[in-house]
Parts: sequence; structure tokens; C-alpha cells
Amino acid sequence: MSLLELRGVTAGYGQFTALWDVSLSVAAGEAVAVVGPNGAGKTTLLRVISGLIAPRAGGLAFDGAALGGKPAYEIVAHGVAHVPEGRRIFPVLTVSDNLKMGAYLPAARRRFAESLERVYALFPVLAERRAQRAGSLSGGEQQMLAIGRALMSRPKLILLDEPSMGLAPVMVLRVFDLIRRIREEGYTILVVEQNVRQVLKLVDRAYLLEVGRIKMEGRAAELGEQDFVRKAYVGL
Amino acid sequence: MIEPIFLAEAAINGIMLGGILALLALGLNLIFGVIDIVWIAYVDLVMVCMYVLYFVVQVYGWPFWLGALAAMAFGAALGVGVHLLIITPILGSAPVNQLLATGGLLFFLQSFATFLWTTDHKSVRLALPSWEIGGIFLPATRLIPFAISILALAGLYVFLTRTYVGTAIRAVSQDREAMALMGASPQRIYIVTSAVGGLMAGLAGALLLFQYSVHPFFGGQFGPLTFMICVLGGLGNMVGAFVASFVMSEIISIAGVVWSTEMGYVIAFVVFIVMIFARPGGILARRQ
Repeated sequence: MSLLELRGVTAGYGQFTALWDVSLSVAAGEAVAVVGPNGAGKTTLLRVISGLIAPRAGGLAFDGAALGGKPAYEIVAHGVAHVPEGRRIFPVLTVSDNLKMGAYLPAARRRFAESLERVYALFPVLAERRAQRAGSLSGGEQQMLAIGRALMSRPKLILLDEPSMGLAPVMVLRVFDLIRRIREEGYTILVVEQNVRQVLKLVDRAYLLEVGRIKMEGRAAELGEQDFVRKAYVGL
Repeated sequence: MIEPIFLAEAAINGIMLGGILALLALGLNLIFGVIDIVWIAYVDLVMVCMYVLYFVVQVYGWPFWLGALAAMAFGAALGVGVHLLIITPILGSAPVNQLLATGGLLFFLQSFATFLWTTDHKSVRLALPSWEIGGIFLPATRLIPFAISILALAGLYVFLTRTYVGTAIRAVSQDREAMALMGASPQRIYIVTSAVGGLMAGLAGALLLFQYSVHPFFGGQFGPLTFMICVLGGLGNMVGAFVASFVMSEIISIAGVVWSTEMGYVIAFVVFIVMIFARPGGILARRQ
């Protein structure tokens, strides 16, 4: 029984269709990647799942509930946390206020102290900088804050959109390392990445998305062995 | 040459006026920062709240403080009403349409007030003491509104920085979509913001009634000034608006003593125009 299930999802913006008939599933405890070139529709896919855009057709089920077309603020309450592209932290709020906003939902608010302790244990640098404005953090620290903020809602599934984007190479490795640790804590993860080589080492399964359609699906290790994937994305 | 004592008195009066202007400007700025729409009719809502207070006190004989609380409650309800009936349908419209809609509300409120209550100036007589310290007069009609407006602004600060909803209001003003991902319904945040903005309009109205009489065109007296302060402080920038309130009130008050009240406004507007060229992002804007 999968935690997240997309069936024939078509979605886009105005006249433009970014996703065509996409079906995808993520089982509880699994880590799954969606890889593909720029403009393949990876970000749109995550935005449909978290409710930032409504699907035009198709079904979206999460943890036994049909969520297609529900607004983002309701979908979070079902246990989906979206770490959006570009991090989207609140730059003028302090680090600790950003984390507080992560626990905005009443259920998360009740367990705020406990969640905060876990996030600070996972990202000690956030504890050090708790009183600082989030906008003054480095790119890598902002990414940690964005992930930490998502964890504060105590999600069942975490959507990560290009976590390595815009980071220095050494920071990219650290962020992947942190995602691995989050995985080990038992969170279910759906990650979208351009850094294919790194992300395939991290996940169980992967989907290849091209011009809005799923082109291939498989175990991460097998997909990495496919000639055309290696040539096109892994760069080996 | 003007005696220094008069300048000192003008400076003190400027500070007292600044408190109320800050209340007006921060109410308008809060709504703009969060909903991204300028309520051009903001001070006209203040005017309606002043009438409410006038009637409950002068006609129905309520004590002033109770009337002020009623005016605040009325202002909050009015704010929510304006948001639901006028702002919500035009949220996604072009800015010029939003401006026309809230501008339409302004003319509606002015005409409606004229129709209901005529253009007579109405005031509440308050028997309050006045003190003299070293030749400077400190009337309670200025001191009390100033003290209350500072207390109210401190309360607003605590609300915006210490509570979940207040912090969410600031978060929405920085990134609306990201806050929806945290589980906050934008419409609910907008309604709370409009209620707080309306409450502040009601309070400002009560404090203005200490010194001014109300009439249907009261908005014209303070509306442009309030808007100018918000722009000068940087639209949506709360600290900037607070500072700009006192800059403007001092200019008006001191120039009013040195030359005349009209000249005070002329200088204030000239300073505004010069500042807009020099620092278009507001006085506290970070340099690019």
C-alpha cells in the first residue's frame, strides 16, 4: 500500500501544460527521486502534490485520502511538507521564528518544544543562529532551515525541490549527507534533483521525467546503469 | 525671532501628534504589507468610527472609554467587512482597479456620512486638565492620546512578534505561498489583519476625537498625510512608518509655529517629494 499515489495527473499554468498523464507512487519509508532535465515539469509535479496548483485531470491520494484540488494549507495538515525550490524561508524573520512557523498547525504547535529539539539536534548550526535573521544565513544554512522548518510540521512525507541548487560543491555534499540522515530517521522522501549522480546514491527508486511525461522508472541502482541515463544525466 | 520656549512647545506637540499619526500609518501599512492593497479609504473608516463614538457618547450618554471600546469593535468589524465585500473579489485584479475600488469606498463613505449626518462639525467636549511645566503647556487632550497610542503600538509590536498569528502575519507579508505551505489559510490571515487594521482605525478615531471635531471630509485632513508617511517610511515597512510619522509631525508642528499651519503642510509635502527622489524605497530602505 503506497503512501502517495498519483494516477494520470495532468497539470499546468494557464494555456501551458507542464505535466501529461503522470502516474507515480511512493511507499511509506521509501526515498524516491524524480530526475530529468530543466523544464521537464519536476517542480510542477511537487507543486501539484502539495496543492500549490490544482491538477487538471487525474487523481492524487495520500495516506488513504483523496487530496486532488485541495488547497496547500489543507494538504499540509494531512502530513505532506514541501521544501520549495529556492528554499523560500522568511528572510526577515529570525531562524527560530521560521521554525515556529513550520509548526503553525495546531497539532504541530502542541509538540513544538519536542520538534524544535530534534531539528536543533539534526542541524546544530540552526541552534547557534536561532536569533539571527534567516536572510543573513549562507545558502547551505538556508537550505537546512528550509528542511528543518518542514520537519517542524511532523510530516509523513517530505517533498524536496532541488535541495542542492545554488550551493557550493562542498555544501552540496553536506546537504545530501543531511538528507541521508533524515532518511535514516524514517521519513518518507520524494526528491527532485538535477544532480542525478548524487541523488541516485541516496534513493531507493527513481523516475525519469522528460517534457512532462514519465519516461522511465526503476531501482536507483539499475537506472544509474542504463546507458542513456548515464550519458545524458550522470555524466559518466 | 521666535522665542525658544515656543519652539520647544512645538517640538513636544509634534511628538504627541506623531503618536497618533504612527497609529494611523501603521494600521494602513500593516494591511498593505500583508494584503498588498492600499486602503485609500483608511482614514475615512476612522471618520466613521469617530461618528460612532460621537453618537454613543453625546446622544446615548455612554462614558467616553466605553464608547472608545465600542468604536474599536466597530472598526474591527468594519475592517473585516471591507475585506470580505470589497477586497476579496478584487484580490487578483490589476493594481489600478484595486485603487479605484478602495477610492470608490472613500467617496461612498464621504457622501454617505454627509447624507446621514450633514457637514456639521461634531465634537465631544471633554473636561480634562492642562499642566504647565516651565512655561510649556501640556494639555491632557494631547498627553492622553499620545500615551495610549504608544501603548497600542507596543501592543501591536508584541502581537506581531510574540504570537503565532502575529508572526504568521509578518511571514505572509514576506512570502504568501510559503506560509500556505506551513498550513496557514491566506484568507484567514487576511481577515485577522483587516480586523486588526480596523481596530487600530477605531482607536485612532477615538484618540483624534480628543482634539478634533469630526465631519464627513475628515479623511481629507489626515488621509493624504497618512499615505505619505507610509510611502516615506517605505510601504509595508513598519519601523520606517513609525520613524516617518515623527519626522512629518515635527515638520508640521515646528513649521506651523514658525510660519503657519498651512506652511507646515507645504514644507512637509516638499520634504516628501525630495525624499522620494533621494530615497525612493523609504527612509530606512537598505541601499541597493
